[in-house]
Amino acid sequence: MSFKVIDRRVFLRNTAILGAGLAAPMHFVRGAYAEDVSCNMPKGDTVTFGWSVPLTGPYADEGADELKAFQLAVKHLNGEGDGGMIPTMKPGALKGNGVLGKKVAQVHGDSQTKTDAARDNSKRMIERDGAIMISGGSSSAEAVAVQSLCQDMGVIHMSGLTHSNDTTGKDKKRYGFRHFFNAYQSGVALGPVIGEAYGKDRKAYHLTADYTWGWTQEESMKAATEAMGWQTVAAVRTPLGSADFSQYITPVLNSGADVLILNHYGKDMVNSLTQSVQFGLRDKEVNGKKFEIVVPLFSELMAQGAGDAVKGIYGTSNWDWKLDDEATKAFTKSFGQEYGAPPSQAAHTCYVQALLYADACERAGTFFAPAVIKALEGFEFDGLGNGSTLYRAEDHQCMKSCLVVRGKETPKDKYDLMEIVKVVPREVTTYDPSIFGGELGPSDAKQC
Amino acid sequence: MFKGLSRNDWLLLAGFSAFVLLMPIILQPIGAAYPALMQKICIFGIFAIGFNILFGLTGYLSFGHAAFLGVGSYAAVWSFKLFTMNIIPALLMALVFTTIFAVAIGYISLRRSGIYFSILTLAFAQMCYNLAYSVLTPLTNGETGLQLTLKDPRWIDAMFHEPGAGLPRATLFGIDTSGGGLGGFYLCAIALIVCFFFSVRIFRSPFGMMLRAIKSNQTRMRYTGFNTRPYLLAAFVISGAYAGLAGGLMAATDPLAGAERMQWTASGEVVLMTILGGVGTLVGPVIGAGVIKYFENIFSSFGDNTLHGVFGFLPDIIEQPLVSFLSLFVGEGWNLTLGVVFMLIVIFLPGGIMEGLRRIWSRLNRRHDGGEKIAVAQPQPAE
Repeated sequence: MSFKVIDRRVFLRNTAILGAGLAAPMHFVRGAYAEDVSCNMPKGDTVTFGWSVPLTGPYADEGADELKAFQLAVKHLNGEGDGGMIPTMKPGALKGNGVLGKKVAQVHGDSQTKTDAARDNSKRMIERDGAIMISGGSSSAEAVAVQSLCQDMGVIHMSGLTHSNDTTGKDKKRYGFRHFFNAYQSGVALGPVIGEAYGKDRKAYHLTADYTWGWTQEESMKAATEAMGWQTVAAVRTPLGSADFSQYITPVLNSGADVLILNHYGKDMVNSLTQSVQFGLRDKEVNGKKFEIVVPLFSELMAQGAGDAVKGIYGTSNWDWKLDDEATKAFTKSFGQEYGAPPSQAAHTCYVQALLYADACERAGTFFAPAVIKALEGFEFDGLGNGSTLYRAEDHQCMKSCLVVRGKETPKDKYDLMEIVKVVPREVTTYDPSIFGGELGPSDAKQC
Repeated sequence: MFKGLSRNDWLLLAGFSAFVLLMPIILQPIGAAYPALMQKICIFGIFAIGFNILFGLTGYLSFGHAAFLGVGSYAAVWSFKLFTMNIIPALLMALVFTTIFAVAIGYISLRRSGIYFSILTLAFAQMCYNLAYSVLTPLTNGETGLQLTLKDPRWIDAMFHEPGAGLPRATLFGIDTSGGGLGGFYLCAIALIVCFFFSVRIFRSPFGMMLRAIKSNQTRMRYTGFNTRPYLLAAFVISGAYAGLAGGLMAATDPLAGAERMQWTASGEVVLMTILGGVGTLVGPVIGAGVIKYFENIFSSFGDNTLHGVFGFLPDIIEQPLVSFLSLFVGEGWNLTLGVVFMLIVIFLPGGIMEGLRRIWSRLNRRHDGGEKIAVAQPQPAE
């Protein structure tokens, strides 16, 4: 290499560029000096919430509905619209002027129902867009992955639709909170009802979505049904996002089982249920009894997808728009006015989570994450559609009532597909938090 | 090892290093200067450089490189779980395991060439994916993904200090590489520069010349008395090791490994990156990786509101249809945009973005020198 003689001007210019380049990283090292500062505390007059929802993949329908709910929640928090469930929430600290006087802004990303994509999205929202809270997710795998990321970054994660026991069990995190019910509670609620309807000596065959939610759902349903005397013939895992379940359904016919339990959700459930019905499972008689299908986790959106196949099928639900309380009516009304359709249970839980986070910030008087966590832990509230509810401090799981539902035989319209069979009270669904193990970890503030 | 590079190569290396290290400033205007995305760009840059050593030099199109990425990730996460949060052993584990895998898969697959080789590698990768997804669940935790837990033994760390209250972060002797911040980015950036340097060395070496000779006419090589298989296997293993390092770095910046990064779509993605940037060029694959990762992360986050913001100055009559048309291409439709860009490039610039740059460059030069012929990549069969 040969160097030419460099003149003064070029030297000065190059030195300046080099200096700027070397100093640049310093710009990104944020103030680690101040106390009571956690990741992304808002500085201006807005506070940013991040929604990580699947807009593609097997849970896309739920994701789209969740995003609608989040957008509605932001409107209501900022004092636009009719306020939805803000007036009905008791005790409620929200005033409809944003959160702690700051307007709520929002960003979102498509999590593709994949854990890697969900984490990428959440990182973008935290690192680039300055989101102080991440919510959403339609799959427990996503929820578990994103909540551990949030724990690492020091950002609170308000899980949306996640039903696995692991989310607030084995994989629970101090920065992760779940309002939705879980597979264990589904089992406890659904067991007695199907026991009464189908008898105590049944043989069950499970088809299970092969990831954390499916595994715990299968375990909880096995425990609940075997406790009342059912036998489990087989439990077969199916990959998430399968379109064709025929290879899994054919063996059911020859297995001697007389109940099929579908531990599927979203498009998986729509496909597996319609295909089971097309295979004529429900018209069969096995062991002298009518063959039955049970779908432990049910939703209005899936019922719409599956059409006639859902008629008469039992399942559980976190919430339903047909419930008869003030909060539910107010939410259904304002969601319906906005989008022309009643909200799904996914929309409800996401809306409630956004409100609960905002309310906790108001009560804590700060956005400082450890203080907000304290405000949420052990919070007892009412008027958000599920009756009196406790955000349990031990595992960050909401203790509340849940619903046993059944596909309606004669629906009035396409939103009236499920009837509520039973509201299972909170006392029944409450369980000992220690049965699933796991540790919450510390709540120390982190800079990001 | 530092001999044999021309002045131009050194300048290229210096320019490349400067660009990579200054990414936090350069990418600021296009909204991509946040650590997670820059890490991804560097990691996939390494992945694509490695892929290009095989595909660009020998012309062997492997459709299963994502398997190595996944193996590297799992190996690194297991090292975090069992031994220490230091990333050096994790990256070594990733390299060792992927090398073993690459030797095994390469030994079998390289018995065939052309489309048969592609299909064989694809089959192996799908096999690995399915193993990771369901069969080896105790080892990989299936769809949920392998994660760190508080109960992990971390034997080496436990010997030196008491475990902290929370989950530890991956570190390089005290510098955090996971959990946000620029530490992880600079790690990946330096790894990318080192990998790029090795790739330049390979391109300029007699070994690289052999690989190119295999691409242009393998039969003639054999007739002149060369046994081509060891060269091919070496290229395959090197490129597999690059992928393994990329996988290890993915785990080092974010200690989680999921089966979906081994799926065939991930293998296809690296092929796209390389072709988009320019097959057989030095910098092309990195540019391709950057473009695709930018699209995936930034375009997918645009919504109608962003578009209304951009076209807000137009009258409503034009704005409404324009926005509703363009909204097909952003948000969840980002794949569509990528597809269109890819088609345009393959049709009009078969040599990728690098060929476009070269054409612009020679057009600028021609104005001065008057009449130098523009270099155009010739379409080659089996490429």
